[in-house]
Amino acid sequence: MMAQDRIVPITMPKWGLSMTEGKVVGWLVDEGRELKPGDPVMDIETEKIANTFEALDPGTLRRKIAAVDDVLPIGALLGVLAPASISEAALDAFVTEFQASYVPPVVEEGESGPAYQWADAGGTRLRYARTGDTGPAVVLIHGFGGDCDNWLFNQDALAAQAQVYMLDLPGHGQSTKAIGDGSVDALAQSVLAFMHALGVDAAHLVGHSLGGAVAIACALAAPSRVSSLSLLAPAGIGADINGDYLRGFISAGSRRDLKPLLQQLVANPDLVNRQMIDDTLKFKRLDGVDNALTTIAAALVDGNTQRISLREPLAGLQCPVQIVWGRADRIVPVAQADGLPAAIAVHVIDGAGHLPHLEAANVVNGLLTAFIGAHA
Amino acid sequence: MARKILFQQAINEALDQEMARDSTVIVMGEDVVGGTGANGEMDAWGGVLGVTKGLYGKYGNRIMDTPISESAFVGAAIGAATCGLRPVCELMFIDFLGVCFDQIYNQAAKFRYMFGGKAKTPVVIRTMIGAGFRAAAQHSQCLYPIFTHIPGLKVVIPSTPYEAKGLLIQAIRDDDPVIFCEHKALYAMEGEVPEESYTIPFGEANIVREGSDVTIVAFARMVGFAQKAAAALAKEGISCEIIDPRTTSPLDEDTILESVENTGRLVIVDEASPRCGMAADIAALVAQKGFRSLQAPIEMVTPPHTPVPFSGVLEDLYIPSPARIEAAVRKVAEYA
Repeated sequence: MMAQDRIVPITMPKWGLSMTEGKVVGWLVDEGRELKPGDPVMDIETEKIANTFEALDPGTLRRKIAAVDDVLPIGALLGVLAPASISEAALDAFVTEFQASYVPPVVEEGESGPAYQWADAGGTRLRYARTGDTGPAVVLIHGFGGDCDNWLFNQDALAAQAQVYMLDLPGHGQSTKAIGDGSVDALAQSVLAFMHALGVDAAHLVGHSLGGAVAIACALAAPSRVSSLSLLAPAGIGADINGDYLRGFISAGSRRDLKPLLQQLVANPDLVNRQMIDDTLKFKRLDGVDNALTTIAAALVDGNTQRISLREPLAGLQCPVQIVWGRADRIVPVAQADGLPAAIAVHVIDGAGHLPHLEAANVVNGLLTAFIGAHA
Repeated sequence: MARKILFQQAINEALDQEMARDSTVIVMGEDVVGGTGANGEMDAWGGVLGVTKGLYGKYGNRIMDTPISESAFVGAAIGAATCGLRPVCELMFIDFLGVCFDQIYNQAAKFRYMFGGKAKTPVVIRTMIGAGFRAAAQHSQCLYPIFTHIPGLKVVIPSTPYEAKGLLIQAIRDDDPVIFCEHKALYAMEGEVPEESYTIPFGEANIVREGSDVTIVAFARMVGFAQKAAAALAKEGISCEIIDPRTTSPLDEDTILESVENTGRLVIVDEASPRCGMAADIAALVAQKGFRSLQAPIEMVTPPHTPVPFSGVLEDLYIPSPARIEAAVRKVAEYA
């Protein structure tokens, strides 16, 4: 059918392994609007997070199928793109046929999420998730107060070409809350022990914020085991840091205290939804977390100044390094990406804050896959 | 995906982890072991609903069966708390707490105050609440407002397995007497619960669902009913915010008032009797401190002011239903 060849469905995306359905928060475009890839289409909320869904294909939005507050399974029809030459009747036929043939993915009981696993990394119990079957090993290292679920919008894109490992650093997520001196070096040793425990000889490291400093420390401690470094708004390469954020995060005991803090992480404060706050509070309530975070922060910052400086050692590393930063970062200033050796590729993303891998996931995924692919 | 367990397993895990962590934590109550002097298989019972199953085998004499003499063992638990232990005392049904009122509200609740802050009474009294089990008027009440009325007591009402574990651990570590109310109909509820120990602070309400048109405040089993109602109402275009205060004493007034500030409309769902209940209490709070936010009269969804009926038909009518919650929300939403 010729007409249908030019009708393109917009369907509920799958963000991360655990997403089975999403809620339509609101349309950001009107019917009749010409879209190009990357244009914001709608806000979608999952049980983990809210984010803006961007157009994957070019075309004119002819029909909105999903209504605000609809909760729809992944792959469900949200809207229809088609040129103006397509008749309303043809659109009706397309929608009818799509809905008739659409089968929501079956969620097996007990298999509804990523298989979290635990590794014994030199006596330290670490939780991790793994995805992707072939290609080079990539280890994703989250930031302060984060966990392995922070890569929701990145893991699937990377898994297409790599074996992706996401771990909870000691003191974080569901990993052990015993962290020793909590130094970046100690955390790096845990990451290297984690790789060893899983038989990963060498890996491309992707580190965010504190995890960026940890990734650099891994490369300094074991150069042969780090194939490349992708550093997202990394700590450790400049003097300034928003220590008030770190201390506020540690002391925040309620949703009311935590929400404005988490909003400092992003350029668009609407991304901080109830679930993100709840999940963070649930983590912070675990026994031992307060002590772990306090210890790590004390080793990392003094007031609003970083205690560690990995800038010079970073410049001396042999492995390929790229740096990605959000221009609106309010935690670690983007200016710290200036003046690095030319061999280090720096990408600054407009409209993103301290979480570029969340706020500009498509851009970051493109940078990561290209960089890792080029150095595989 | 996090691990899922039942509400009653969450209670068991909280007791288990706290007994392992702190040797001053003891458990006492009727049949909590399985029978006086029981060991081995006799231990399998673990209370009328099996909530304390397995603890005797691990902790031996730190979990003890008591005679059917509530006034004696509740008093003993309170006395033990003043002497350095952290007893978790189970009094099967909240309906029976009447025989221990002096121990609870004149003694336990007053010690810290009357001894100038130099005494503490870290006792937890776990007890079942709620109708729906055809157990008639003396085994079905939601008497938590009576304890909320007493200064010096903390009153906790979990609505999910996650809440149950975190609030019970907090209750055990708290230095004040805590009345911990477990709704019978929730024991078989399944939910995500971290394996590690954690605490949920008292006086911190949970926003179960965000919404913009009507605020629903609900407790215990009514939280789930409110969620059902809100899901149905969303299809009609009515957006409900659901607040579960989790503790009635202390009460998180700010979260309720802030929500009503945004919605202007309030429905309170309380399975306790309507007079001097939590619905009346919260309605008074909002009428006084949130008056300027209100755009409609406050609705209260409660049982009628009668004992819980034995007749199943009448009992079903007695318990606030999702349909009654929906009707109340529509009423305040349509009020102009």
